Amino acid sequence: MKFSENWLRELVEIKADRAELAHALTMAGLEVEELTTLGEHLDGVVVAEIISAEKHPEADRLQVCKVDAGLAEPLQIVCGAPNARVGIKVPLAKVGANLPNGIAIKAAKLRGVESFGMLCSAKELAIDTDASGLLELPLDAPVGQPLAAYLGLPDASFELKLTPNRPDCLGLVGLAHDVAALFGSRVKVAEQVPAAVTTDTHRGIRLDAGKDAPRYLGRIVEGIDPTARSPLWLAERLRRSGLRSISAVVDITAYVMLELGQPMHAFDNDKLHGDIVVRHAHAGETLKLLDGSEAKLDDTFVLIADEKNALAVAGVMGGFDSRVTDATHNVFLESAHFVPAAIMGRARKLGLHTDASHRFERGVDPELPRRALERATELLLSIAGGKAGPVLVAENLADLPAPVPVTLRRARLQRVLGVEVADAEVARIFTALGMQVESSGEGWRITAPSSRFDIEREEDLIEEVARIFGYDNIPTHTPAGALVLAIEPEARINELALREQLAARGYYEAVNLSFVAADLLTRWGFTERLVPLANPLSADLAIMRPSLLPGLIEALRHNRARQQDRVRLFEVASVFAAGNPPVETPSVAIVACGSAREEQWGEPSRMLDFHDIKGDLDALIAWGGEPSRWSVHADSLPPWLHPGRAARVARDGQTVGYLGALHPQLAKVLDLGADVHVLELALEPVLARRLPSAQPVSRFPTVRRDIAMDLPEEISWSQIEQTVRATLVTRLKQLLLFDRYSGKGVEAGRKSLAMGLILQDASRTLTDDDADRCVREAIAALEQTCKAKLRG
Amino acid sequence: MDDLESRATQALAEIDKSDTLESLDALRVSLLGKSGIVTAALKALGALAPDARKARGAEVNTVKDRLAEALAARKQALEQAELDRRLASEKLDISLPGRDGERGGIHPITRALERIASIFSRLGYQRADGPEIEDDWHNFEALNFPPHHPARAMHDTFYFGDGRLLRTHTSPVQIRSMKDKQPPIRIIAPGKVYRSDSDQTHSPMFHQIEGLLIDETSSFADLKGTLAEFIRAFFERDFEMRFRPSYFPFTEPSAEVDIRWDAQDGSTRWLEVLGCGMVHPNVLKNCGIDPERYTGFAFGLGVERFAMLRYGVSDLRAFFENDLRFLKQFA
Repeated sequence: MKFSENWLRELVEIKADRAELAHALTMAGLEVEELTTLGEHLDGVVVAEIISAEKHPEADRLQVCKVDAGLAEPLQIVCGAPNARVGIKVPLAKVGANLPNGIAIKAAKLRGVESFGMLCSAKELAIDTDASGLLELPLDAPVGQPLAAYLGLPDASFELKLTPNRPDCLGLVGLAHDVAALFGSRVKVAEQVPAAVTTDTHRGIRLDAGKDAPRYLGRIVEGIDPTARSPLWLAERLRRSGLRSISAVVDITAYVMLELGQPMHAFDNDKLHGDIVVRHAHAGETLKLLDGSEAKLDDTFVLIADEKNALAVAGVMGGFDSRVTDATHNVFLESAHFVPAAIMGRARKLGLHTDASHRFERGVDPELPRRALERATELLLSIAGGKAGPVLVAENLADLPAPVPVTLRRARLQRVLGVEVADAEVARIFTALGMQVESSGEGWRITAPSSRFDIEREEDLIEEVARIFGYDNIPTHTPAGALVLAIEPEARINELALREQLAARGYYEAVNLSFVAADLLTRWGFTERLVPLANPLSADLAIMRPSLLPGLIEALRHNRARQQDRVRLFEVASVFAAGNPPVETPSVAIVACGSAREEQWGEPSRMLDFHDIKGDLDALIAWGGEPSRWSVHADSLPPWLHPGRAARVARDGQTVGYLGALHPQLAKVLDLGADVHVLELALEPVLARRLPSAQPVSRFPTVRRDIAMDLPEEISWSQIEQTVRATLVTRLKQLLLFDRYSGKGVEAGRKSLAMGLILQDASRTLTDDDADRCVREAIAALEQTCKAKLRG
Repeated sequence: MDDLESRATQALAEIDKSDTLESLDALRVSLLGKSGIVTAALKALGALAPDARKARGAEVNTVKDRLAEALAARKQALEQAELDRRLASEKLDISLPGRDGERGGIHPITRALERIASIFSRLGYQRADGPEIEDDWHNFEALNFPPHHPARAMHDTFYFGDGRLLRTHTSPVQIRSMKDKQPPIRIIAPGKVYRSDSDQTHSPMFHQIEGLLIDETSSFADLKGTLAEFIRAFFERDFEMRFRPSYFPFTEPSAEVDIRWDAQDGSTRWLEVLGCGMVHPNVLKNCGIDPERYTGFAFGLGVERFAMLRYGVSDLRAFFENDLRFLKQFA
């Protein structure tokens, strides 16, 4: 909502300067979003008429003008504006003027010709953005008058960011009532005098849209001057409210909407056939709108029609064919009430947002149509002449909202706000807002004016008191209410701690958008149970991610392309799968590439491999304290992983994630090398932690025996571990792998593993014989089940 | 003076001159060893008369002690010299970087979010969460947004084919929490939210934190106090603050909170940082809570805004680019 400050001040007395007014509006919930001062620094700028214009002898684009500025002699001005011509009236900045854009006007020679001032565009004067040429003033503008006085400047445009509950402030008179309450002053709007009816031309109106359109007023004005232009004051007010002057009739309806808040429409009466019919559209009905677009309607739209044609989409926009043009002599003015529910969402459905729909879907005062119609008639007769017909009224009074008093309890007011507001102040606030106040035992009964759609319940009244009383005047406490301490389960790792753990392992946390491109997922092989958006912003942001990895790998690529060879990122977020309801699984993922360690001096450098990432997995598992519930498997891998350098991770036998190198084909498509490794796990299993349950520490020493075994390549470490554990059971405290070797001295297809057996008994000290027997048993078992040979 | 005495004098000079532990040890053997001169002198005592033996014995022992003392002193000196030499050769460049070069860090959004959540957890607010894919009831209707209401149009919503949507705010967690438990309630609900809007100052995904308090005594004054304390705790300084009337369907009275922010050029301006209000009675009713008995307040804030202010980030989009050169600044 944009308006002219001078206009508002004409409607209500404001005992405050511009800045104080802006602050008061903002602090009353009518936020001033933008404030533009207009027409300052116009001293020395006057109305002038161009009385001659000749080409500059030395410059094609310049003219030498003689200008009447109300002085004894005409002034010579050199001017480059394309529209400078004899007979027009324009602003002249005289010598000595200091324009808003900082230009100081001096007498000067332009290409050898003297110039005593400057003819100005609207932009140079900072009263509009138009810089295309000189600002052309009406031909009746008085020569020599200071421009500021002539245009009613200085002024300011206020742009309010109004919340949807305050449609009453979408008209200046409504806003004036709020301002009056804020400043304790009165609104200065005269009673609207009905226009004299000088013709009996009329037209029938039928209301066939039930509760959606309970009131429709119309009037025919005959014989207007189709060439009439809006007077300067009206065009200026529209301009300072953000609207362009179009034609007298259209401007007048817009002006009344800005002033009173009632959207109106004007039809060319000669294009109407018979009665006006307010009805619902038929499914599939279409109408060409004012903006030239074709509206495809359904039966949720209310339509203004006549006996032949659809004419306008009620509360949204008029039709093209029945519009007012510069050939229109007879006008049919519409001023109607549509209920918000009948208009809400309709403009949006048509891809439109209009001043009318904006107001109607929020709620327009149902008592406004007659006043608005009379106001528009008054303006039309004075600007374009013509004869007014009678006011034509169709209404279903039963469907119009009746004022309902709302009770406000004194005790409730105090409880909700936490402050006691004096009774007299409460009564003053409501009275100032135009509400009827009736005292009752426990408080007040308040009846809001018909313009206040937002006053329905006690809380609405409490808000009004708070708003006008001032939020600043409400004290500051801290809650004293009962407190139930939140229990944080110890058997669950805190998410932040997990993130910090990953950071400590060298990973930086990334945050990716939750949606990814469909073709990226296709490249990865994610094709099932996808959750696509119905209205994505773009094809790149179309599908809810089924995994954190595609996005993380894109982030890795982003960094690789920026001279970062070693990238380690992690992310904690939900992934999505189709279902009813869709399945959201909080997950944790890491991606890594480049050297295993930061480049350094102390150790030989090597590239990252599977077991580096496996180390990260082991660390996460170890943290939960129950490694025996976890296992890794080489089978059932997803297509995006290298079949030999990746693993499936399970907890209690349930798959919870994957890790490994990217599949070489995928890596190639993504232009990545073999060093890129990933890990993704469902978050909850990672966060599950064992609550410690202490066991007595054994009093007996451990014994260590090392053995080296020669085994076939395909025997996995976990097979070996299981075999040794199953053989030695409780005596084996720990099995360490401390060397792995294949090559010279070991047969092809076999490997040598060196392992340490840490042995201990719970009831006695193990003898050398005991330890030797354990080793022999372990070797025998390995030989038997793992095709192992003891190395010499 | 006999021979032993003169040999001893000579030996003391040799001990002083000895410059390795090996030569010193050879000297020790030749003096005090089995066939050393002192041992020989002691052996020779047996051939003397008892009186002479006693006097001579004392003399030999004195020589022995002197030699042993000199040997020990020289040995310690040589060992010290040896240690000094070794220590001098063992000097490291301690300025070389340490071996564990791993550095990582958490994201600035997480950092700000956790800081905010921890402030409220100290005030007894329990963390709560809810799904990101929501239904219309939780995201809008239960929060007192009627169908097609213009307030909905202010939430540019992503939809799925089945009518579900991506939550446009964390407020649905309010509804889930209130349906789950009875007052008193204090919850804080951080999470991702979505709006179909993308430009320099809008990301289609961002993070919000919702707070909710319901009990038998809370008022707008308590809301003001809580948020003032929070702002002070988060920024570690006092701000000029203002509560400005606003409108949200699920609170009434509603407010937006501005703080007086110092721009880098030295000017100050009001900056909106929070939305809040007293929970609307319709919302309480929708969750089965008696609005006559209970009142409460709710607030919501954008985590990115707080992170930008706190850490001086000027471009919202930097949060989602995951550029290491950006992320490393928060490690």
